Amino acid sequence: MIATLASPLDAILALLGVWLVIGVAGLVRPMNLRIAGRSLFPLGALCGLAIAAIAAASLGLPVERIQLPIGLPDLPMHLRLDALSAVFLVLLGAAGAGISMFGAGYFRSGQGTPPGLLCFQYHVFLASMGVVLLADDAYGFMVAWETMALSSYFLVIAQHRLAEIRRAGFLYLMMAHVGALAILLCFGVLQGGSWLFTFDAMRAAHVSPLWAGAAFLLALVGFGAKGGLVPMHAWLPEAHPAAPSPVSALMSGVMLKMAVYGMIRVAFDLEGGLAWWWGLVPIGLGLFSAIYGIVFAAVQTDMKRLLAFSSIENVGILFTGLGLAMVFRGAAMPTLAALALLAVLYHALNHAFMKSLLFLGTGSVLHSTGERNLGRLGGLIHRMPWVAWLTLVGALAIAGLPPLNGFVSEWLLLQAFLYAHALPYPFVNMLLPLCVGVVALVAALAGYVMVKFFGVVFLGQPRERSLADAHDAGILERVGLAWLAFGCVALGLAPAPVVAALSHVGVQLGVGALPHNGAPWWMLVPFDTGQATYAPSIFAGALLAGILLATAMVRVFHHRRARRAPPWSCGFGALTGRMQDTAEGFGQPIRHLFTPFFAMRRSLPSPFDAAPRYQVDIGDRFWNALYAPLGPFIDRLAGGFAALQRGRISVYLLYALATLCVLLALVL
Amino acid sequence: MKPVDWFTQVLEVAAALAAAPLFQGWVNQCRAWLQNRRAPPLLQTYRGLRKLFHKDAVIALHASPLFRAAPYVVFSAMLAAAAIIPSMGTRLPFSAAADAIALVGLFATARVFLSLAAMDIGTPFGTLGARREMMVGFLAEPALLMVVFVTALISATTSLPVMSERMATQSLALSPSLAFTAVAFTMVLLAENGRIPIDNPATHLELTMIHEAMLLEYSARHLALMEWSAALKLFNYACIGFALFIPWGPAMGGAGPFALSAAIPALALKLAAAGGALALIETLSAKLRVFRAPEFLATAFLFAVLGLLVHLLLGA
Repeated sequence: MIATLASPLDAILALLGVWLVIGVAGLVRPMNLRIAGRSLFPLGALCGLAIAAIAAASLGLPVERIQLPIGLPDLPMHLRLDALSAVFLVLLGAAGAGISMFGAGYFRSGQGTPPGLLCFQYHVFLASMGVVLLADDAYGFMVAWETMALSSYFLVIAQHRLAEIRRAGFLYLMMAHVGALAILLCFGVLQGGSWLFTFDAMRAAHVSPLWAGAAFLLALVGFGAKGGLVPMHAWLPEAHPAAPSPVSALMSGVMLKMAVYGMIRVAFDLEGGLAWWWGLVPIGLGLFSAIYGIVFAAVQTDMKRLLAFSSIENVGILFTGLGLAMVFRGAAMPTLAALALLAVLYHALNHAFMKSLLFLGTGSVLHSTGERNLGRLGGLIHRMPWVAWLTLVGALAIAGLPPLNGFVSEWLLLQAFLYAHALPYPFVNMLLPLCVGVVALVAALAGYVMVKFFGVVFLGQPRERSLADAHDAGILERVGLAWLAFGCVALGLAPAPVVAALSHVGVQLGVGALPHNGAPWWMLVPFDTGQATYAPSIFAGALLAGILLATAMVRVFHHRRARRAPPWSCGFGALTGRMQDTAEGFGQPIRHLFTPFFAMRRSLPSPFDAAPRYQVDIGDRFWNALYAPLGPFIDRLAGGFAALQRGRISVYLLYALATLCVLLALVL
Repeated sequence: MKPVDWFTQVLEVAAALAAAPLFQGWVNQCRAWLQNRRAPPLLQTYRGLRKLFHKDAVIALHASPLFRAAPYVVFSAMLAAAAIIPSMGTRLPFSAAADAIALVGLFATARVFLSLAAMDIGTPFGTLGARREMMVGFLAEPALLMVVFVTALISATTSLPVMSERMATQSLALSPSLAFTAVAFTMVLLAENGRIPIDNPATHLELTMIHEAMLLEYSARHLALMEWSAALKLFNYACIGFALFIPWGPAMGGAGPFALSAAIPALALKLAAAGGALALIETLSAKLRVFRAPEFLATAFLFAVLGLLVHLLLGA
């Protein structure tokens, strides 16, 4: 046991095995909620914490590899633990721990998949993501990648009795496989004629610039489809609301990061000779996804769809940063490349915590009220104070407000953009600084969306009478939420140690490193102290001091008497919960300002309607233009092939003869 | 850090706290003169605050703790902002904790808390105001960040005091990029502080108001804190403008107490002039419809972008 613990890779492998064992243990008594939910899930959470701790400890250590005697006859499974894998393992373990803890209290027996089976699928999902991060050959990577897709597919359709959920699951499965095909082809290009499918062979292979570009585009399609980059995003807003909330959290918080991991692995590790300007592609796509996602998030009325669109936004920001790092690397500006890469890794870590937290918060609301529609919620801060306050932390963090964590990665990214004008390429060095405007708009819109989300769900008055018996989350769920909220606060208040740990990735990938400037641990200084500094702990302390000062001032000036009265509302007495602004109302300015984004259909009542109805349907232009025609097209194509099948043996014999003739002609 | 730096820091925050209502009173007075009204006394804003602090607080029945906490958070955010902005000296111990980008974030934090508090009671006006405030906010923030960016590019730093120092050592010639940026900043200032083309601080006509709509349910000490925060915000914005575009006056670098004593009258002079200019702009322009606000702020953004391009193309 001590021998296995000596090496981090072995220990992590063993813990991934423990996850599998926990999953299988759930199958022993699939209907027993107490075993599966209350004991196996917390055990899985502990396992996740251990993985995160070991991976974090391995960050400064040299790269470690092993080969497992499983896999293809001449391709055993190669595994490798480097800093990049370790960072994402920390993300998987730490965020997964919070989600598992929440899941322990969340899953109930009822319709759909029994809890034991869910436990199995869930832990297979976790373990497969671990293997994706460790895999060091294309075969192992693809097997783990497919396991991840399949296990998450079954988790998405946990409520498989509902037709719409089966439909969402199907869409997800299809997109996952289109993506997987692209990744497979990408690896096929990257081996560069050596026909060796280990990642080491790919690193050594020389690929012509044209093929390198093709491989990069294939990777972008494949990983973009998994990450929900526009226009491959269509599955995301369908699958996330369909899945049970811990699964949505795991998919959005953790699985989307696997796409980012894959993209970094391909672009910064496997592919050597990529021209700098390929980086502009992810910047463009990323910025467009970011703004597209957040604009759509602002008009949603389903809280989980809203969060799903916000995930598209965040993935867009991650890809933007990644592209920026590629451009800087290509221009031989290692410090800035390292900074942009840091921003990406930091944001991935942040998003894992905050998005999981928000999805789990919606899960608690869903359990307690049975509602996902924002129009039927409201005032839950009184009934569910724990969930409300912990969700508030996540909402403020994802809105990019200091001193929480979302701001740190935004700050790093903006700092990187600030120096884009120093690039030696004309036009690009003028256009890239302008992207700051887009990033700022996206961040500010995220604030808008989060005010809408939190304000409509938790603040105000209940919009339905049934909300009066909403209840707070149980103790296990609270622990899960609190852990994730703690992560948001800790990553926000102590960025410098995190940045120091993350910079191992840039060094190991040969991207570059930030200069040593002797800054104290509580202060984040990317370059030197004259240029930019950010010390969130001091900052938070000042905010706290300000609050204390204000309180003291009120104590001096004021007698602190207060009485409760009905709301004033400009003297209008008969106020009811139905008179509040709705989610649709909150979306209205966005619909007005960003009209070209939406495929909107309005049906307005005429003045003579006895029962007037007003309806707005907001559609996705990409769905209408790209996906909707695809189905009939494939149907027609399949119909063409069906014409071959006559159902008469003589025709098939004719086909066989024709084939034989053609083959003979080819051979002779 | 020398003791005099700490003294400057404390003095700055205290001055902001004390002078912000005065500045607001001064703007009101100028406005009244320009509009041929009889002006309220200069100290009227203080009297208003004092009155509010003496009243009993009336809190709506189903207000959550968030509603009661928000005024303190907003007030504290504005105080922290005052501590970052170099209005009297550029050697501020606290300014290392947050740069200009963090300052923009700080204003966003205040705005989000204000909006959330407005939604807490669940009155139609509160939510309406919150929605509009967030709309103006998400339009103004890119423009403001772009302004910060242009000045950061010129001075090669995002730290506000260092920026101010480097701006002050430039030659006095008006650089075109800074001129464009200054216009953009002024427009953002008007929008963010609920001044006239976007919002009217004096109106209580329900359908047009933004900032006031969010404060409708507040009373007594909470309202006092909110009003004070609004005054502080205006003061802070004015000081940001001084730090970036009229950086002469504050004690630069390690200057002694004498420089500080010169900084106070300089600041007073600049504030007096800025207040007059603000009142003039407000008197000369008419309030825009809510959905014209995006055009106004898009223009501000465009000016900032022009500033950026001019700087990158001409290096001026």
